[in-house]
Amino acid sequence: MKRVYVNEEWCLGCRLCEYWCVFSASGEKHFPFAFDGGAKPPAGIQVEERGSVHFAVNCRHCEDPLCLKGCISGALSRDGYGAIRVDKTKCVGCHTCIALCPYGCIVSGGDNMPIKKCQLCAGKDYTPQCVSHCPNNAIVFEEDEDL
Amino acid sequence: MIDYIQPDYEVVRNKDLCVKCKVCVRQCANQVHAYDEKRDALYVDNSKCVNCHRCVSLCPAHALKIVKTDHCFKPSANYTEDIIKDIYRQADSGGVLLSSMGTPKSYPVYWDKMLINASQVTNPSIDPLREPMEIKTFLGKKPEALEYLPDGSIKTEKYPNLELKVPIMFSAMSYGSISKNAHLCLARAARELGTFYNTGEGGLHEDLYEYGENTIVQVASGRFGVHPAYLRAGSAIEIKIGQGAKPGIGGHLPGSKIGEDVSRTRMIPMGSDAISPAPHHDIYSIEDLRQLVYSLKEATDYKKPVIVKIAAVHNVAAIASGIARSGADIIAIDGFRGGTGAAPTRIRDNVGIPVELALAAVDTRLREEGIRNNVGIVVGGSVRSSADVVKAVALGADAVYIATPALLALGCHLCRSCHSGRCNWGIATQIPELVNRLNPDIGARRLVNLVTAWAHEIMEMMGGMGINSIEALRGNRLMLRGIGLSQKELDILGIKHAGE
Amino acid sequence: MKYVIIGNGVASIGAIEGIRKNDKKGSITVIGEEKYPCYGRPLISYYLEGMTSLDKMDYRPSQFYKDNGVKLVLGVKAEKIDAVSGKVLAGGKEYPYDKLLIATGSSPVIPPTPGYDKVKRKFTFIRLDDALAIEKAVDKTSRVLVIGAGLTGLKAAEGLYGRVGSITVVDMADRVLPAVTDAESSAIVRSHLESKGIAFCLSDHVERFDDGFAVLASGKTIAFDVLVTSVGVRPNTELATSVGCATERMTESGRPFRGIVVDRDQYTGVDGIYAAGDCTLSYDLTLGNTRPLAIQPNAYMQGEAAGAAMSGARAERREYLPVNSGGLLGLRMITAGAYDGEPITVKREGIFRRFFIRERKLRGFIQIGDYSRVGILTEMIRKGTSVDSVDFASLTESPDLAALGDEYVRSVLGRKEKEK
Repeated sequence: MKRVYVNEEWCLGCRLCEYWCVFSASGEKHFPFAFDGGAKPPAGIQVEERGSVHFAVNCRHCEDPLCLKGCISGALSRDGYGAIRVDKTKCVGCHTCIALCPYGCIVSGGDNMPIKKCQLCAGKDYTPQCVSHCPNNAIVFEEDEDL
Repeated sequence: MIDYIQPDYEVVRNKDLCVKCKVCVRQCANQVHAYDEKRDALYVDNSKCVNCHRCVSLCPAHALKIVKTDHCFKPSANYTEDIIKDIYRQADSGGVLLSSMGTPKSYPVYWDKMLINASQVTNPSIDPLREPMEIKTFLGKKPEALEYLPDGSIKTEKYPNLELKVPIMFSAMSYGSISKNAHLCLARAARELGTFYNTGEGGLHEDLYEYGENTIVQVASGRFGVHPAYLRAGSAIEIKIGQGAKPGIGGHLPGSKIGEDVSRTRMIPMGSDAISPAPHHDIYSIEDLRQLVYSLKEATDYKKPVIVKIAAVHNVAAIASGIARSGADIIAIDGFRGGTGAAPTRIRDNVGIPVELALAAVDTRLREEGIRNNVGIVVGGSVRSSADVVKAVALGADAVYIATPALLALGCHLCRSCHSGRCNWGIATQIPELVNRLNPDIGARRLVNLVTAWAHEIMEMMGGMGINSIEALRGNRLMLRGIGLSQKELDILGIKHAGE
Repeated sequence: MKYVIIGNGVASIGAIEGIRKNDKKGSITVIGEEKYPCYGRPLISYYLEGMTSLDKMDYRPSQFYKDNGVKLVLGVKAEKIDAVSGKVLAGGKEYPYDKLLIATGSSPVIPPTPGYDKVKRKFTFIRLDDALAIEKAVDKTSRVLVIGAGLTGLKAAEGLYGRVGSITVVDMADRVLPAVTDAESSAIVRSHLESKGIAFCLSDHVERFDDGFAVLASGKTIAFDVLVTSVGVRPNTELATSVGCATERMTESGRPFRGIVVDRDQYTGVDGIYAAGDCTLSYDLTLGNTRPLAIQPNAYMQGEAAGAAMSGARAERREYLPVNSGGLLGLRMITAGAYDGEPITVKREGIFRRFFIRERKLRGFIQIGDYSRVGILTEMIRKGTSVDSVDFASLTESPDLAALGDEYVRSVLGRKEKEK
């Protein structure tokens, strides 16, 4: 499957990925509309910062996804493209996945709301928005040749 | 103290579009944008804005624009706003005014006053997509005639030449004035394109030696970073006598840009200003130049062509004639509209002549003297498009040097603030966080794209003229016509007026 | 290969998925006592709260069993295992197996209390049918008495909150959530729930039920309409015992842990028979011992490990540890691991974080209020990462990968160096 990889060498810490992620997940047609309700990153991707080093972290869509295995509602599943997706109608926001994700890639959607996570902007032939809008190729979407 | 200078630009934020992502705050190295947590509001300091468009380009909501302020002085065609402000600045600082990139003044651009021919009926045009079209060229001294051995092989001694797959090279920009990543972009692109980039006078970073086959190493008056391995690393050596943007003066790289890597590469102490003298102190005549040319050839076993780069100035034809007799293989002529990392404003804006006229004069002179084949001619200093390339070749150039278009391809927005060292695009800076903004993977790709596009256009225009080899276009001034030029200008350019 | 799975909880789903990774062909039969396809048991409190509905509770999509070639026998209790001939008897039918998984789960414990039999509206809180029955039994005026202030009892209280007149929780322990909190964090939870109007009678227990009243040991009487008993569960080990599986492990204290004893492959030691989920004892990597660890993620992973082993693959070694995440009426809390180390506490407005360090390793944590990215810490517990090899101070403030060092970040996020 194609995976999102991070070249932290080139990450500028501009955090555009976070905003494009929110926009992509919102389903809105106009960028500012996605932020009307005060929606703020982090969303499915978040930039970490330590001194001058930055890098973006999003779901690794693990081979052995602890989130999916720990999910109490069956809301998490792996789609045909290999991405771990959340069924928002099923997720009850119990946050067991947050407790389990080794990389801290699952984000609370707020009280009693479904969780938020990277879903690779829904699949193949469609580059995730964090990748296509990264100004410096710090996030790339490439085939995992190990599989 | 009264601040006499009001901001030139105003940053305009459309609050309906702004999502307060603060990318503008994070990306502006000039700290124009800021965020007030208490008020949850973004605000700007227009006085710091250099209009480089980094914020505008990265704003995901297209909420920003930068406009020229409409704050004005009482209009005068004589004492213009620029002149008034420069006077205020100098009254303030007591110093020489500094500027970057090419002159913004409205001198005539002769490229735009020449039109290219095309075939109709009698001499059919060529479709470059269907038929062979050669834009490869060779730079250097050419033999007058070829002699063959009985077996058919060439007997004539061949001179070292540079082989260019496209007649476009990246002109000298030093490591120091531009970042290592910018150099890496140029080097990688030159390799992929089958052409050359030029180190400028800042030496060659150790990491870039692997691109030596596509590198021209420069020897300038400061001799920064020059040593035997450096000379041998490149495919050609360029002696820089002058630069179009600042003829008659040397270079000045401020100590703030001389960090560890630059210091090692230039072989000068960290933090010291790198001042290259106005002249080469060992060159006061063509004979002296010849000594340096041959010293460099000697150092490199006569295997590499030597280029002598001069600024286009009043006596350029006579000077070029001397250079063509000095043993140099290539003459590079740099027009006065060319760019610079930093130059005294008055010199940039007032010294030198346009490269179009210089080129025509030099080519004519060398032909008249029968020494045109002694040297290749390369011109630079505001070659802005493939049409300029075609016109330059038709006027007599073998190839062109481009720098400003290369920088633009890398993201430069011509804000002309290179001398500040805080280039938001990671080009003209040595600040690591800013340098990192230029990912060589992207930059090299964009340079390759640009030159590839130009190459296609050059072939289209050549095909239109019914010419299928760039060398057949060289000096073919019949392919040009002047428009709106005086007879004197036409005479110098050696072309007829449109309609003739 | 014939696989039979007794039980249709998430351990069973784990087993099906574990088997199908290696064996696409073998027949799989699941015998489940409940009449529903698998659902996540913890969902029942969310169901009462109205945060999910019956049509959304299926643990897997409706075509899951069909897609995986699973024969589903629901509403039938497996009565007997014939380990000699390899058969399960259920509902009068025989189901032959080559490999059998016992995933029978656990049953609620009902403390023997005089008068309990006569309580009309009494429930346990473990299955969907419990929740459905409670839902029918309560109205806006109901006075609900919950016995047990553990996570299940409090989740029952949360589920009913707002749908009933009053809720009182009784527990013998002196604090709420005794299994997953320490004294200070427990007090935070208790005062939060009290502020919402839930009443607690702690260090107390019901001595007898008496016509709409519970009489507590302290002498207090509590009038109630609906009783929910949630004092704990007992692993369903009867079938396993009957075929000779070990179902007890003695502890140092002399009190046995009950549950089917399995190895790392979830193998019981009886030929062809495996066990997974709440009916088993599992290895707790934080305490380094084997004990009941009845939480859903472990049930799934044990089921998956069993499925792998049953289908002939090497079960991936699983490092089980207690991890609990639960909101309680707006108070968010995640806990993990063991609390037997030196505590480090971070307190802020609305935030309580306590970390337990032993032998320079993170052993466990309690996080209340904000727990973003806390899984990074869970992973530290799982891996036994030394707190000295990371920027632990920053992890206690706000967990991120950067605190774990460049090398780790690159190994997680970067691609392998491409061939040049």
